[in-house]
Parts: sequence; C-alpha cells; structure tokens
Amino acid sequence: MSDATVSQKRPLPLNVLIYGFIVLWVVLAAFPFIWTVWGSFKVEPDFFSRQSWWNAIFGTNTQIQNDGSSFTGSGYYGAWVTKEFWRAVGNTAIVTVSVTVISLTLGTLGGYALARSGQRYAFWILIIALVFRAMPHITLVSGYLLPFFQLNIWGVLPTSIIVLVAINQPFTLWMLHSFFLSIPKDLDESAMVDGCSRFEAFRRVIIPVMWPGVVTTGLFSFLLAYNDFAVTSMLLSADNQTMVPKISSFLGSVQEQGNVMFAVAAVVSATVPLFILVLFFQRQIVSGLTAGAVKG
Amino acid sequence: MPHKTFFAFILPSLIAMVLFIALPIVSVVVQSFHVEHGRILVEVESCQPFGGCTTETRVDTAAMAELRAEQPMGRFNGFGTYLNRGHLAVNEIGAILANNNGFGDIVTRIYNLPFYKALSFTLVFCFVVTPLAMALGFAIALAVNTLPKVTKGPVIFFSLLPMIITPLVGSLILYWMIQPNGIIGASLRYLMNDPTLSLRQSPMLTWLSLLFYGVWTNAPFSFVVFYAGLQTVPGDTLESAMIDGASRWERIRYVIIPHLAPLATFVALVQLMDNFRVFEPIVGFSAEANATSLSWMIFNDLSGDAQLFGSAGATSVLTIVGVIILLMPVLLRTWREFNHKVV
Repeated sequence: MSDATVSQKRPLPLNVLIYGFIVLWVVLAAFPFIWTVWGSFKVEPDFFSRQSWWNAIFGTNTQIQNDGSSFTGSGYYGAWVTKEFWRAVGNTAIVTVSVTVISLTLGTLGGYALARSGQRYAFWILIIALVFRAMPHITLVSGYLLPFFQLNIWGVLPTSIIVLVAINQPFTLWMLHSFFLSIPKDLDESAMVDGCSRFEAFRRVIIPVMWPGVVTTGLFSFLLAYNDFAVTSMLLSADNQTMVPKISSFLGSVQEQGNVMFAVAAVVSATVPLFILVLFFQRQIVSGLTAGAVKG
Repeated sequence: MPHKTFFAFILPSLIAMVLFIALPIVSVVVQSFHVEHGRILVEVESCQPFGGCTTETRVDTAAMAELRAEQPMGRFNGFGTYLNRGHLAVNEIGAILANNNGFGDIVTRIYNLPFYKALSFTLVFCFVVTPLAMALGFAIALAVNTLPKVTKGPVIFFSLLPMIITPLVGSLILYWMIQPNGIIGASLRYLMNDPTLSLRQSPMLTWLSLLFYGVWTNAPFSFVVFYAGLQTVPGDTLESAMIDGASRWERIRYVIIPHLAPLATFVALVQLMDNFRVFEPIVGFSAEANATSLSWMIFNDLSGDAQLFGSAGATSVLTIVGVIILLMPVLLRTWREFNHKVV
C-alpha cells in the first residue's frame, strides 16, 4: 500500500478536513510564539492595545514614540541591562550545563548497572525511581528548606544544581536503562572474556556505542533544568536567580512601573534557546519520547 | 553481575536519590507533625515620672529567637495540621454534613475549604486535560501521517513547541494574549459583542482558560508518541482490512486503535503524573483567586514572609499520598508481571 494510491482514493471533503485541521493546529501551536516575538519589539500601548490589535502589527504607537521606526529594542534593553537579566542568563547556563553533565555521568553508570543486573533489587530500584519520578517537585522543596537553612547552604547555585541532578536521576536512570537494554549483552561480556574488568568493559566497549542514547537523555535533562520553576524559585536567593524565577520575580515589579515590555522581552529571550534546541535536535527529541513508549 | 559491582556502579546515583529525594520526604513528614511556635508575649510595664504606669503586651523577640534556635521544627502538633481547616477540615466537614440545605449546598460549602478547592481543581485538570490532550494528539497524528513528506518536518517542528516551552513562560505568553487588551481577549470581546468580557472575571472562565492551556501544552506529547506508533502499524493487516471492505473509520477503529492501545496507557500514565503537579500555569495566569492546585498551596505556604513549614509539609504528604493512589494500578500490574516472570 503506497501513500499515493491512498491519497488518490481519499475523497475531497476528507482532504479539506485534514488540511484544514492541520492548518488550524499549526496556527494554534505556532501563533502565540510568533505574536509574542513580533510584539516584543513594540512599545506597550501597541502590544497591549486597547483600541485595535492592528497597532501591534504596524507599530502605530511605536512609530510615534520612536522617531518613525516601527521596531524598538527598548524592551530588551530594559530587561537585559536595566533589570540585569544577563546575570540570570549566566546563572541558567551554569546550572543547566552542570546538571546535564552530572546527571549523565551518574545516570550512565547507574543505568548500565540496572540494565545488566537481573537481580530483584534492581527491579525495586526502578519501581522506586518511578514513584520518585511521579512526585511533584514542590513537595520535595518543603523538605529541603529547613535543613538547608540549618546547614547554611541555601540560596547558592551548587545546592540547586545537586538538587536538580537528584530530582532528574529517576528519569535519567529509566531512560538510559532502557537504552542499555537495547545494546547486546554479548558486547561487554566478550570484552570481559578477553580480560577486561567490568568497568574497563564499560569504558572501552559501551561508552563508544552509547552516544545516541546519551544525547537524547541529555536533551531531556537540559530541558528539566532549564524549565524548572518550583525548585529554583525556592532554593535560590534573589542575587543568584536563574531565568525562570527571575522572570516571575520581576513580573510584579515591572507591572507596577508599567514596563511589562521588559517581561515580554525576557520571556522571548528565554524562549529563543528552546527554539534553537528543537530546530537542531527535533529528531532526537521525537525518538527519545517514543523510545520509552514504543518499548513499553 | 555481582552485587558488589552493581552497587559500585549505581552508588553515586543512589546516594543522590537517598539524600535529595528520600530524606527530604522523611523531613517533610516530620515537619508536617510540627507547627510554628506560638508568639511569646510579655507584659511590659512602662512608668512615667508623673503619669503613673501602663502595662503593654509585646512579643518577646529574644525569647522567640531562643525558642526557634532550640526547636527549629516548631512545636509538636501530631495530626493537628492534617485535620485543621486548611487541610482535611474534619470538624468543618462534620458541621456541613450535620447541617445543610441539600446536596448542592454540601458541595459548595466543601468546595470553599481551601484544601478541597485545590484538590478539585487538581483532579479536574488531571482528568479533563489528559483525555482531551490525548484525543487531540491522536487526531493530529492521524492527520500528519497523511501529509506529504516535505510538509511533515515543519509541522512536527511547530507541534513540539508548546510542549518544550518552559511552563511558566508558555503560560505567560498565553496569559498576555487572553487579557482584555491582548489579541485573543480583545477579539473575544468583539466576537461576543460584550465590551466587559474578561476571561478572569469568573472562576468558570479562569478554569476554562487554564484547561485550554493544559490541552495546548499536553497534546504534542501524545501526538509524537502516537505518530511514532502509527509508523509501526502492520501494513498487511491494514491491507487485508481494506480487502474485507473496511471503511476508513472502521480501519481506525478496529486496526489502528487496538494497535496503539499499549501506547495510550503509557501516555495516559505520564500525563496524569505530570498534570497532577499542575502549578506554573496558576502562577503565570495569576489565577490563584479562582483556581488553586495542591502544588500551588505548598508554594504559597513556603513563599512569603511567614513560612508555614508545618502546613506545607502536611499538604505535601497528602499530595504524595494522592500520587501513590494515582500510580497504584500501574504499580500493582508491574509487580504482578515481575513476579510472573521470576516464577
């Protein structure tokens, strides 16, 4: 059955329905982003227009306030320079890179062990990891605060990096464990027959073939650290904030001063890396999501 | 693999999970049995040379600080926090059941208790968004599957965006659009011909917009998984169904849906877990007046000047119990399957 014969047989109304539906969905999925990116280069009376949202498209008020130019970078200037958003961007870079690297290092070792051990306790570790994965992060946060205050480690980046790594471990273990299951056992076993220790076999034989799984798992670890709000907003002090809690915290302050455009610009800035990520790693994201599912 | 090697490999991971997931859960449980110290009041007598003396009641800050340092957890309260008005509200529910004007009255009055208000929104969000997002995702997957190759890539790219976006950022983007002076809000006013319409004015509309956000961000995940599943539908079965005269709809109903059923269970499980922790959209939409969730309640107790650790702890424990109840069917099934395999 080829695609051509099926589509030839498809009646016109059905085709119209299908294409209409796809167009509707793509607009629904993409329009909010395009609109906000476009609007972030306007002034507030345009983006939040009381008269007509054609203003946002043509930038009527932006032209008046801005010597005739329809675009302005004042939102970005306000957010990045006045409100010091660059600091949050730097912190986010440190946090996400560290979380990804540490989670993958711990996760590959653990996932490999889980995949190669047929013991009962390996199964229980996986089940407990599943329960931990289901736990809302904020329920754990209330357990962190008092001990962290007592130990005086609250508010700094390393603490939240370790917490995010730990929260991310259950998922990393599951994903890498199912990935290592698909690498044949014979591969490392024959290396061990040739005289490698277990770790040497892991290092010389498994590491060279594990990269596709690691890249996918790394993407999701990155997303978790990047998107987190519950943990970072409660565990970081105001000077050390990452992007997401920073956006939420200056939302209140800019609303009072009437500079909502700062927040809009910050939101767009935080979205751009994700856009690029999807652009380059679309295939890995899709295969990563489906790997867990298709294998059950 | 020998036990020793296994534990050598998994140790770092286990330490991380025990220290930062298992122990915090213990800490949350212990916290939930404690409650903040009451204020220590002292009577201060201030006398003026000619005006006589007046006594004033003041908070004794020094004694409070000392008490806090001695018992940082607070005062032991047992199950008191669980049963108070902010959580299970046992007394209030008893009173409502004993004295009410019929079923509707019971429901409204129980809904007005903060914990039950949050619980009902959390559950509604879970059980409305999950099936709707799955249905929408399945429809998109079916439609995308019929597209020619060139258009598939861009469509998948745009479809992934609502899922990958930071939840708080995504909800802010939608929130700005549905405000009365945003594009959707303004268009709705125009379409409904109601210049006072605001999506924030009633709980009903707030809930609707949050549910809409939920479906928008959850649908792509179902779409991607179902789309991958569609690629594995056996061509022979479809062809023989066609030869037997199955219509388009019958092929979907009797071949494709049964083939995708295991995937659907997986998607439903993951999305129920994720939707149960709904939190960011409530912050993003500033919806706390009309809709709260369990996660939001914990966040609210912890942020602000007076951090109510006991109250947050109790809500956390109740939430964890909720998650485990939600997971129960899956856990039981996995356990049974595993025993089956071993025996």
